[in-house]
Amino acid sequence: MNILFFASLRERLQTGEIELQDCRAFTRARDVLEHLQARGPDWQEALQTGRIRLAINQELANLDDPVKQGDELAFFPPVTGG
Amino acid sequence: MIRIQSEDFDVAESYARLRQAAPGKTGAIAVFTGLVRDFGDLSGVEAIELEHYPGMTEKTLQGIWQNAAQRWQLHTCEIIHRVGRLHCDDQIVLVGVAAEHRAEAFAGCSYIMDFLKTEAPFWKKEIHREGEVWVEAKHSDEQRKQNWQSK
Repeated sequence: MNILFFASLRERLQTGEIELQDCRAFTRARDVLEHLQARGPDWQEALQTGRIRLAINQELANLDDPVKQGDELAFFPPVTGG
Repeated sequence: MIRIQSEDFDVAESYARLRQAAPGKTGAIAVFTGLVRDFGDLSGVEAIELEHYPGMTEKTLQGIWQNAAQRWQLHTCEIIHRVGRLHCDDQIVLVGVAAEHRAEAFAGCSYIMDFLKTEAPFWKKEIHREGEVWVEAKHSDEQRKQNWQSK
């Protein structure tokens, strides 16, 4: 599973992309988020649920949406274009 | 035409495409452009840095256009958004639509802009003399989008 981070989140985590190998335990986006939050205090702090948005396979999604092996997940702050 | 690019754009070229899309059927064209101000969340903005999510951005904008075209009688659109480093007074975004009548053209253009601001994955960082700050999403933008859903 490919995980992308953008903008302030990418800067705080000091990475724009990570690959998760064994994703069989993940059924919902929330499971992936909790796995990432467990990587350490910086991740826990940056990935606070109230402050982030997510997309599954390039479509806006919710934490309760299902995920599967091979999906592209992206986490990012609320958008500010235009 | 929907395009993400770092280089500047020419309003006249977009206008010409909007004008030629439906000969004999276009009575109104509305074009909006957004520019870099010298104040944003803080004053003294020297430049902005725009980041996006390649692939998702284009898909999202395509979806927004399709929703607008279903809601009003719109012939075609131009959506151009720049990314990378932009300076004060630079053009950031262009949204234009061609329609039979002005009410549809104004509404369609405004609708596309309101959804672009709240759903298209772009992020803006302001560069100041003292440092850099990521722009915060505005509640007023979210409110403008909600207003379309209750109309």
